[in-house]
Amino acid sequence: MSTQTALAIDARGLGKSFGETRAVDGVDLAVPAGAIYGVLGPNGAGKTTTIRMLATLIPPDAGSARVLGHDVVSEAATVRELVSLTGQLASVDEELTGRENLRLLGRLLGYPRAAAKDRADELLDAFDIAEAGGKLVKHYSGGMRRRLDIAASIVVTPRLMFLDEPTTGLDPRSRNQVWEIARALVAEGTTILLCTQYLEEADQLADGIAVIDRGRVIAEGTPADLKASVGTGSLYLRLLHPGQRAEAAQLLERTVGPVVLEPEPAALSATGADAGRAAIAVAELSRAGFPLVHFSLQQPSLDEVFLALTGHAAEETSPLSDDLQEHLS
Amino acid sequence: MTATTTAPGSADTAAVRRAISSTPRPTRPGPLSAALTFGWRGMLKVKHVPEQLLDVTVTPVMFLLMFTYLFGGAIAGSTSAYLDYTLPGLLVMSVLFTTVYSGVSLNTDLTKGVVDRFRTLPIWRPAPLLGSLLGDSVRYVIAGTVIIVVGVALGFRPDGGVLGAVAALGLVVAFSFGLSWVFSVLGLLMRSPNAVMNAGFMAIFPLTFLSNVFVDPATLPGPLEAFVDVNPISVLATASRSLMAGAPDGTAIVVSLAVAAGLAAVFLPLTTRLYRSR
Ligand SMILES: Nc1ncnc2c1ncn2[C@@H]1O[C@H](COP(=O)(O)OP(=O)(O)OP(=O)(O)O)[C@@H](O)[C@H]1O
Ligand SMILES: [Mg+2]
Repeated sequence: MSTQTALAIDARGLGKSFGETRAVDGVDLAVPAGAIYGVLGPNGAGKTTTIRMLATLIPPDAGSARVLGHDVVSEAATVRELVSLTGQLASVDEELTGRENLRLLGRLLGYPRAAAKDRADELLDAFDIAEAGGKLVKHYSGGMRRRLDIAASIVVTPRLMFLDEPTTGLDPRSRNQVWEIARALVAEGTTILLCTQYLEEADQLADGIAVIDRGRVIAEGTPADLKASVGTGSLYLRLLHPGQRAEAAQLLERTVGPVVLEPEPAALSATGADAGRAAIAVAELSRAGFPLVHFSLQQPSLDEVFLALTGHAAEETSPLSDDLQEHLS
Repeated sequence: MTATTTAPGSADTAAVRRAISSTPRPTRPGPLSAALTFGWRGMLKVKHVPEQLLDVTVTPVMFLLMFTYLFGGAIAGSTSAYLDYTLPGLLVMSVLFTTVYSGVSLNTDLTKGVVDRFRTLPIWRPAPLLGSLLGDSVRYVIAGTVIIVVGVALGFRPDGGVLGAVAALGLVVAFSFGLSWVFSVLGLLMRSPNAVMNAGFMAIFPLTFLSNVFVDPATLPGPLEAFVDVNPISVLATASRSLMAGAPDGTAIVVSLAVAAGLAAVFLPLTTRLYRSR
C-alpha cells in the first residue's frame, strides 16, 4: 500500500440520528495516514458520534466510511484489528488495578500469560504509572487514569487511534504528558484522529483540522489556515494605576487595534495583536509612563473561531435549536 | 508553548517510544480463551469488591435469624422445624439476589465506557458476556455456601446430607444462570447501576415473599395460594427442599430447569443483541 496516497479515514456523507436529534448530518472526512487529524467542535457537535461510527461501535444510518481501506460496516471485524479507541470517558475498569487492566487487554489481544504481564509492566513504566500499578483504578487521579487509558489502547500498537477529548479536565502537566504520548505515537507511525474542544490542542498537535458544528463539517484546513480566518489573538493588559486606562487605551488603539475595556477597572485588551505588535505596544506603554502589572497575548479561542466561521457562538445544540434551524432554512 | 528544556512532568518520551515500537502483533485468542479471560476479570472483581458479595449474603442471613427465631416457633411449632423448612428456600433467595448484580455490573461497564473498549477489540463477540457468567457463578456459590454454613451452625441437619446440600446448591446456581440474563437485559436498558439495582430488587423481593420460601402456602387465602403455587421461585424452593431432604422431587427439579432454560432462550439473545448495538 502506498502511504502517500492512502487515506486512513475516508468518510462520505456520514450521518446518524438519535430519535429526533440529527447528531451527525453528512460528515465528509479525508484523513491522511501518518499524522494527527483534529476534529474540533463544541459540546454536542457530533464528535463522539462520528468516532463511534468510525470505530464500528454504531452503524451509520447514512453515508459510508472506509478506515484503512476497510468498510466500517461490512468489514467491521477487520477494522477492529487495526484501530483502538480511547473514548471520552476513560474506559478503564475502575474495580481492577492498573496492572490488571493492562494484563486483561494483553490476554484479550492474544498475548500468552507471561507476555501479557511483561507488556503490562513495560507500559506502566513508560507511562509513569508503575508505582500505582497495584492500586485500584478508582483511586487514580484524572491524569493517571487517562494515561492508563491510552496505555490500554496501545497494548498492541494500532495503525489508527481514536482519541476523544483526551485532555478535558486534566491539569497542564497531565495535558502535556498526553500530548507527548500522542506525538510519540505518530512518530512511530500511528495515525491519530483527535476530537477536541480546544483550538490550542488542535493547534499543538494536528496537521489538519476539520471544524464541525451541529453534525456538519463547516471548515477544514491546517491550524494556520484556521487561525488566519479568525485573525490574531488579543493583547491583555493590567495597569498599575486604573486612572490611566483611558490614555493607555488611546495609545494601544494606535499601535495595535480596537480596544475593549475589561470589567476590571485597571484591565483592557486590544484585539488583532500579533506577537511583534504586542511587544512594541508593551514597550511603548512603559516608555510613555504607564506602569503595567501584567500583560499576556491570548490565542483566539474556539468561540472566536466559531464566531468567525458561523456567525453564531459555540453553544450546545439543543433539539429546540435544531428545530429552529430547520424552520429557518 | 513547548520550552527548550523538557518541561517538568513530561512523560519519558524515549520509554514511551520504545514501548510503542516493541509490539509484535500476537495472534488473536480463540473464543474460549477470550471468554476465560473475562471469567478471570470476574474473579478479580469478587476479590477487589467484596462489599458487593457482603450485601447480598448479609440480607438473607438476617432473614434467616429473624424468621427462625422471631416467627419460627409460631409458624412451624419449633425453631428447629422451621429452620428445616426455610433454609432450602433461603438458599434460593440468597443466590437469586446475587443475580441482580449481573445486571448492575454490566450497566457499570456500559456507563463507564468499558463496554466500548471491549467492543472495539477483535475478539469473539459474546466472550465478555459468557465470561462474566463465570465470575458470577463464583459469587453464586459463595452466597449459597454462606447461608448453608450459617444454617448448619444454627442446627440445620438435612437428611440428604452433604450430597443433598450440594445438589440443591447446584440446582439453584443453574437456575441463576437463566435468570441472570433477565437482569443483564435490564442492565443494558437502564441509565445507571443504581436504577438497575432498584428495579431488580423491586422485582425479586416481592416474588420471593409471595413464594413458599417462608411459609407453607396451604395456610394462605385461595387466590394468593394459587399465585404462590405457580411462582417459579416456589417451584425452585420446593426442588431445593426435596434435594436437601434426600427425597428429590423430579417434577419440581425439571420444571425449575425448564423455566431457567426458557428465560435463557428469551433473554440471552436479547442481551447479545442489545450488547452489540448499544
Ligand atoms: N445515544 C444517544 N442517544 C440520544 N442522543 C444522543 C446519543 N448520543 C449522542 N446523542 C446526541 O447527539 C448529539 C451529538 O452528540 P455527541 O456526543 O456526538 O457530541 P460531541 O461533539 O461528542 O459533544 P461533547 O463535546 O459534549 O462530547 C447531541 O445532541 C447528543 O445529545
Ligand atoms: Mg463527545
